[in-house]
Amino acid sequence: MAAAFNPTAGKPLRPFLTFALPLLLAFGAILGFIGGQAAGLGPAAGTLVGMVVAAVLAFVLPRYLPQQTGRWTATGICGVLGLLAGGLAGFIGGVILGALLGWAVYWLTTGNYRRGVPVYATSGQTLWHNAFKFICGTIFFFLIAPIVTVIPLSFNAENFFTFTPGMLALDPEAYSLRHYRDFFTNDAWLQPLKNSLIIAPLATIISVTLGTLAAIGLSQSHVPARRAIMAILISPMIVPLIISATGMFFFYSQMGLWMEEYLGLSKDLTGYIKVVLAHAALGIPFVIITVTATLVGFDQSLTRAAANMGAGPAKTFFKIQMPLILPGVISGGLFAFITSFDEVVVVLFVGAAAQKTLPWQMFTGLREQISPTILAVATVLVCVSICLLTVVELLRRRSERLRGMSPG
Amino acid sequence: MTLKTKLGATTALVLAGTTVFSAANAQEMANDMTIVSWGGAYQNSQLKAYVEPYIAANPDVTVVWDESSAEAVAKLRAMNEAGNITWDLVDVEAADGIRLCDEGLVMEIDVEEMLAEGDDGTSAEDDFGDSLVSDCFIPQIVFSTTVGYRTDMVGDTPPSDICAIFDLETYPGMRSLNRRPLANMEWALLCDGVAKDDIYDVLATDEGQAQAFAKLDTIKENVVWWTAGADTPQLLADGEVVMGSTYNGRLFSAIAEQDQPIGMLWDAQMLDYDGWVIPDGLSEERLARVMDFVRFATDTQRLADQAAYISYGPARASSAPLVGDHAELGIPMAEHMPTDPANATNVFVTQYAFWSDYRDDLDAKFQAWLAQ
Repeated sequence: MAAAFNPTAGKPLRPFLTFALPLLLAFGAILGFIGGQAAGLGPAAGTLVGMVVAAVLAFVLPRYLPQQTGRWTATGICGVLGLLAGGLAGFIGGVILGALLGWAVYWLTTGNYRRGVPVYATSGQTLWHNAFKFICGTIFFFLIAPIVTVIPLSFNAENFFTFTPGMLALDPEAYSLRHYRDFFTNDAWLQPLKNSLIIAPLATIISVTLGTLAAIGLSQSHVPARRAIMAILISPMIVPLIISATGMFFFYSQMGLWMEEYLGLSKDLTGYIKVVLAHAALGIPFVIITVTATLVGFDQSLTRAAANMGAGPAKTFFKIQMPLILPGVISGGLFAFITSFDEVVVVLFVGAAAQKTLPWQMFTGLREQISPTILAVATVLVCVSICLLTVVELLRRRSERLRGMSPG
Repeated sequence: MTLKTKLGATTALVLAGTTVFSAANAQEMANDMTIVSWGGAYQNSQLKAYVEPYIAANPDVTVVWDESSAEAVAKLRAMNEAGNITWDLVDVEAADGIRLCDEGLVMEIDVEEMLAEGDDGTSAEDDFGDSLVSDCFIPQIVFSTTVGYRTDMVGDTPPSDICAIFDLETYPGMRSLNRRPLANMEWALLCDGVAKDDIYDVLATDEGQAQAFAKLDTIKENVVWWTAGADTPQLLADGEVVMGSTYNGRLFSAIAEQDQPIGMLWDAQMLDYDGWVIPDGLSEERLARVMDFVRFATDTQRLADQAAYISYGPARASSAPLVGDHAELGIPMAEHMPTDPANATNVFVTQYAFWSDYRDDLDAKFQAWLAQ
């Protein structure tokens, strides 16, 4: 029975010497190269050590040790090697490389590499299957690595964007929270934070209200020139931002002067109004697109049923339509919020210094003073974004579950 | 003519009024000011030396900072076109001050009337001396573009003169240079054997320019081109370059404040001025406030105070003897000034007349050369 579930049944394992060993040697060479560079052994020595370790492990482990124990052994051996080469940081690096190597040894020698493919797959198909997984992994790596690099750098004790030798040796002295302290105590950062927290929510509320109404209107079949109106409303997303920004600068300058002169508003207030309106215009397309997409799945006969039972259009909207399209509205609002919260070009043009937002401050800070406080801010923003997305995803799942759209 | 004299006379009267009856505060002044500067340590020095003391004396005043000096020319043009001047006082390099003045975007200054005389009794005009490079420009500091190097990457013979930039044999590795012709062209000719006094004559000719580019060609492969003053200190701290040019204050900060393994040269430093310009077209109240602030912020003591926070020299001669110690480190700052006699043995003073004539042409040639 057990044999029937063995994915490699019917296919003999590839010979060790011509298949697993060369691959493991190559893998060991790469890991050794990386480890050698990090430990300062130099590329040649590192590669050589990596190949020797890989060869020994490939011969010994699968033969004498079961998988679990063997992988821990590989991890331990490489950890000790790393400890000898580079102290605590070397130990951690060695453990990671060892875990990878140990996994690769068993993956290649036991035939686990065929696990995801049907038994009848040819070698070429198996190769492609694993290459595909590898490519996917690489894409994730290139998407995430730049963001992850920022996080340790933000704990730098120095005033530069540099991994100092102390940081690499995991010396606690080389790390500090000073840049976070700077962010939360320095007025040059607190004022922009406050501005961002004023501008982004207001712009979001305006874009969600207007965008949702527009999407609902445009989903009605009797509206004339729907496509043309849609194209105009979405244009801020398509026109290059710098062009929108230039136009907005002249438009809102005149409007600001008018508001100051005829409505008697203060300079500060008009500044905020201008930036909020400009950001709302940028956010509306996102709301329209997400809400329109949600409306496709909305059964228009529900509104007719509601009308049949005597509900007015407003009541129908709030009681029937709104709850059903809420996920689209919320994710549109989230995009609008992030657009405003991340936006630097338009605010540079339209805003005055009193409306300086966080991205503006980061932008000028990056140019004039490469201070790791920017990285601390970036780390905080990344955490906030992750929290926001998690909350929205949880809400979405909950609403789906409540409506019985998905099991569990 | 008559109108101008009349205007001048009124301003003089008004100013005399404010100085004599300053306690009475005869004139209405706006209470908020938007000051444009460069951000970072330089802006901080202005905050500590001028703005905080001024606010302490005038608690009603609020100051908003805009770190837009790098694009001041473009933004002032746009504001002028839109008829909406949101800035009250702008910190610019002398060259930008001259351009803005020529375009009529900033107002002309009557130095004697509007600025305080020196503490030692010298007239404002004599006290500022050569730094008054334009009718609109109110100088604050003298800074220089000079070269820093990694002390641990130059072996036993640290560079002592500017031509180390071009010496790839003794100092192999990358260097970082400003992505514009200013200073690079002068240094190239100087290190190609042109006598210092002849440099601008040579640079005015096509052959001279070709000679400078040929010299730069010898290191082109080894140059990282920077655009912001913070770039070179970062590259030096990373060890990505062995030496590089930047502003002397940035190097002082990296060496003394950040404790990096960096040394610096004063040889052939390129001196330049930085100062205030006042946008044209401010309302009377705003202008009155700005003038009051500028008079305070450019007096002898304030300019000397600024040197406690950053290693740029005061533009007033009378401030030099008052330069004291660094505010946090407590080290005497006079010896870190680009104008200190020990540092100023071999200096270039930026030739504004030359560069205003040749800047566009040389900029274009320089960018074309970079792209080759």
